[in-house]
Amino acid sequence: MEKFKVDKHGYYGKFGGAYIPEMLHKNIEELQNKYLDIIYAPAFQKEFHQLLKDYVGRPTPLYFAKRLSEKYATNIFLKREDLCHTGAHKVNNTIGQILLAQKLGKKRIIAETGAGQHGVATATVCALMNLPCVVYMGEVDIARQAPNVQRMKMLGAEVRPATSGSKTLKDATNEAMRDWIAHPEDTHYIIGSVVGPHPFPDMVARFQSIISEEIRWQLKEQTGSELPNYVIACVGGGSNAAGAFYHFLDDETVQLIAVEAAGEGIHSGKSAATTALGKPGVLHSSKTLFMQTDDGQVVEPHSISAGLDYPGIGPIHAHLFDVGRAKFLSATDEQALDAVLELSRLEGIIPALESAHAFAILSEIGVKKDDTVVINLSGRGDKDLDTYLKRIAL
Amino acid sequence: MTNRIQQLFKQKENNILSVFITAGYPTVEALPEILKALQSNGVDMVEIGMPFSDPTADGPVIQHSNTIAINNGMTIKLLFEQLKDIRKDIHIPLVLMGYINPALQFGFDNFLASAKDCGIDGVIIPDLPMYEYEHIYGNLFKKHDLQNIFLITPQTSNERIQKIDQISNSFIYVVSTHAITGANIDLEAQQVAYFDRIKTLNLRNPTVIGFGIKDKDTLAFAHKNANGAIIGSAFVKVLENRQNISETVADFIQQLQ
Repeated sequence: MEKFKVDKHGYYGKFGGAYIPEMLHKNIEELQNKYLDIIYAPAFQKEFHQLLKDYVGRPTPLYFAKRLSEKYATNIFLKREDLCHTGAHKVNNTIGQILLAQKLGKKRIIAETGAGQHGVATATVCALMNLPCVVYMGEVDIARQAPNVQRMKMLGAEVRPATSGSKTLKDATNEAMRDWIAHPEDTHYIIGSVVGPHPFPDMVARFQSIISEEIRWQLKEQTGSELPNYVIACVGGGSNAAGAFYHFLDDETVQLIAVEAAGEGIHSGKSAATTALGKPGVLHSSKTLFMQTDDGQVVEPHSISAGLDYPGIGPIHAHLFDVGRAKFLSATDEQALDAVLELSRLEGIIPALESAHAFAILSEIGVKKDDTVVINLSGRGDKDLDTYLKRIAL
Repeated sequence: MTNRIQQLFKQKENNILSVFITAGYPTVEALPEILKALQSNGVDMVEIGMPFSDPTADGPVIQHSNTIAINNGMTIKLLFEQLKDIRKDIHIPLVLMGYINPALQFGFDNFLASAKDCGIDGVIIPDLPMYEYEHIYGNLFKKHDLQNIFLITPQTSNERIQKIDQISNSFIYVVSTHAITGANIDLEAQQVAYFDRIKTLNLRNPTVIGFGIKDKDTLAFAHKNANGAIIGSAFVKVLENRQNISETVADFIQQLQ
């Protein structure tokens, strides 16, 4: 992880940085100065890994998907992040950040959420650590991810609707930033993806890197080699992809494939395919690729999947795209829904809509019979049942 | 050469009144008329907001005005067209205020060049931090002889305030509280210590307090504690749905006296 590592000012190549208003300077500077020392302190690592094991249920299995492999005539392994406590990989990061918040002496937690998975994961760790929790969620997402809203409430969190703009993830992120600006001293903002000002993208990637750390030794156990031919993950902001790619970045024989949400089609005007439609600019305090007008106004994205309904990608992904280290593909709403049903019927696993995007491109990448393909199954589909029942003919 | 901002603070020193208005709001062509009305009612300086879809450091009132302005078709390009001949009528200092992304898409060098051509005196970009200013953008400000105006907050350390003072050449924007614009706060109770701390630093640049200034009392309090004050949300709010701009501006400024 040398070549693709963030530099000390938070840049991945030309992307990243910390374009924050002065109101957040002290908080961000404190995080920048302390995050590595805090999270690599032996006591922190011990507590973090203990919780990942006993509370989250790690390591998550690396499962050889026999029938799916047969269908695509290759060897497909699923990294079962869907089996994490709370139902997705998001909890890896929230466990790490809540421990960090405690070390910083913070008394209150805020978060943004799209699909609600990060909100649930944040509400969960706040219950665990007895800290008050406010989760910002777009009004549109509150409606389409109702079960997760109820879960957050069950866990004791307050869910505040974001009512501006597209009323989705980007607007929830704006509201959370505003809250942090208004409460800089007592509050820690647990950002859920590899987005935001430095050091958030790097910190979240490090917490999620447990995914690829486990894939390597699990693959070695099962195939004799640590290195697959492909690692595939969906990308909204890109936290599960960052985690799944992290320990393979320097092994350039491993093809990294990021799958964005094409919505109703890349050029339909209702899409979230950032690398196809985006340009460099500054969104949510970092320089990255995102969808915007010629005048630099953020374009409202669309995806059937709330977790991918974000106009940008994290700066690490913008860099991987820019230098060609990762290949970026996209899947439409329909393709994702087809992939949901396929995985359900072939493997008895109902994936989250987000994760289904990663499966939807399997026929496009030219996999061979002897290839080893790892797909990060980032979350389970319970939260999406309403959508599935409406959209899939059973 | 001294710029208009420096001249203003040299001539007047105290009780400077600056007003913020979003370009393209309430109607797309309202700006020139608003500027004239503000000037003729004795306002000393105006900050012209460049609308952005995601203004994370602003509160609901200014965000709403940004949305309306964008829907009205306001862009940086159009703004410069509206400001092209503005110096025929307006002699008070004008400052552009907005988020960095639209300026980046316009081309930052080109943005500053066009601003200078229109007679703009300074620029406030809340999400352009000091590190990026010093390493990337500072030279462009120098090239075009434009002032970059930095914000400080109650959390900004003395050391950092002094550094900002060193690299500033117009005024320092003192954010009154941990807040987003338009916050309803009890200035007096919380802020005296912070303002006193700033006074003890004997800064070479004048200070202007913004955020939470909305009426006669808060303005007087800000004037007691700094060289000037900026009114933003309170003014933006009164302009919504108003037909007669010059009357509205006159009434608003009068009730501050």
